[in-house]
Amino acid sequence: MLKKRLVAVLILRDGQVVQSIKFKHTNVIHADPVHAMEAFNKWSVDEIVLLNVSREEESRAAFAEAVERVSKHCFVPLAVGGWITEADYARELLTKGADKLVLNTAFADHPGFVEAASKRFGKQCIVASIDVKRDDAGVAQVAVDRGRRLLEETPAAWAQQVRALGAGEILFNSVDHDGARKGYDLESVKAIVEAVDLPVIAFGGVFTWSHLLAGIKAGAEAVAAANIFHYTEQATRKAKTFLANAGVPVRSEGQSLAPVRAAG
Amino acid sequence: MPPLGVIDYGMGNLRSVLNAFEEIGHEAELVTEADAVAGCDRVVIPGVGAFSQAMANLRRSAMDEALDRHVAAGKPLLGICLGMQLICRESGEDGTHEGLGWIDAQVRHFPPAEGLKVPHMGWNAIEIVHDNLLLRDVASGADVYFVHSYYVDCTEQTDAVCDTEHGIRFASVVARENVFGMQFHPEKSQSVGMQLLRNFATLQ
Repeated sequence: MLKKRLVAVLILRDGQVVQSIKFKHTNVIHADPVHAMEAFNKWSVDEIVLLNVSREEESRAAFAEAVERVSKHCFVPLAVGGWITEADYARELLTKGADKLVLNTAFADHPGFVEAASKRFGKQCIVASIDVKRDDAGVAQVAVDRGRRLLEETPAAWAQQVRALGAGEILFNSVDHDGARKGYDLESVKAIVEAVDLPVIAFGGVFTWSHLLAGIKAGAEAVAAANIFHYTEQATRKAKTFLANAGVPVRSEGQSLAPVRAAG
Repeated sequence: MPPLGVIDYGMGNLRSVLNAFEEIGHEAELVTEADAVAGCDRVVIPGVGAFSQAMANLRRSAMDEALDRHVAAGKPLLGICLGMQLICRESGEDGTHEGLGWIDAQVRHFPPAEGLKVPHMGWNAIEIVHDNLLLRDVASGADVYFVHSYYVDCTEQTDAVCDTEHGIRFASVVARENVFGMQFHPEKSQSVGMQLLRNFATLQ
């Protein structure tokens, strides 16, 4: 049986790991992503997502270099994203050690590139990042371009669209929940899980381990967090122990997962 | 010491395999020419992609013959992911294609089943069904990272030393004398994967 995955997201701006709150990035957490990576390697995280949220397209070369440095120490799957709009850059990131490409705005603005990339590298290589933002009436809409541009699409309809274009997996995030410490936007997670048969990674808003459990119960195959993993010692191991104690099948590594009372 | 060779035949990224051997402190180098295989004391065939394309690439460079000589000389060989499928007799991926043939097995697509996701992607357990030196210090039930839509169906059940459940039970590690295969990615399977690679690198 496949295990539910625990995913750590590293958000990079100008090469530094930053905290993300409603898609704004002001606090630097780690000057060097490799340091964060080394901790996660010890803490039995199942997958790493590295996102470039720099405002400038010129950040691409430096990000590729960061991917190369991180991948040297990454012995779990590594998914990378941000400013991937054409084949040469996608190829460069894969050559530098990425296993999967995380695409967001490209699904709206460069669908031909996405389709070609899916055919060339395989669906398992294409992760569709879907960000949602709620309007004043509370209706969830898909947003692209780092949350700044709203598409007139529901999360469910957009999930079907990215699947049709060749996505093999969906990374869900919410602009409103990001960094807001109130758990995932579970309603949107459920809508996407019901709309498509792709694995969904829930992301955005985790503050307690029980938020992770709620994501699994909403149907996510994997649960992701960013900020909380940086501020808690042994965070991913504690999170796994909590999930295991709640009956969720998770991967155990080495001496981890001794039953302890986890924070929740 | 003759190096461990990682066969580069144009099928996907080999960087992470080299990174993993570097991590465990074992020298490994890319082998792009068939002539260079003879200088290796053991080789790894990694790779992702289509079976028929991979076989065509190996044949074009006469790499298939060089690998045949390597195996006939009794030197260890490890196929990873697509590499494990290539060492089998035959694959049914997009037609019928002959493989390298050292493991008597057929490569088949996962049969469709309600709620079963293909590709089989993620962390799943390997259950040890036959002891092998390749599995030294690896616990039965350890989780490793898989990404594949086709699986290896062994004719000789003794060749399947580990199996894994995904709708059906399939061979996740195969071994026959000096030829080994892992359907998952040890280079992406953290400490369990590193242990498996260390075992292969130090097989006598």
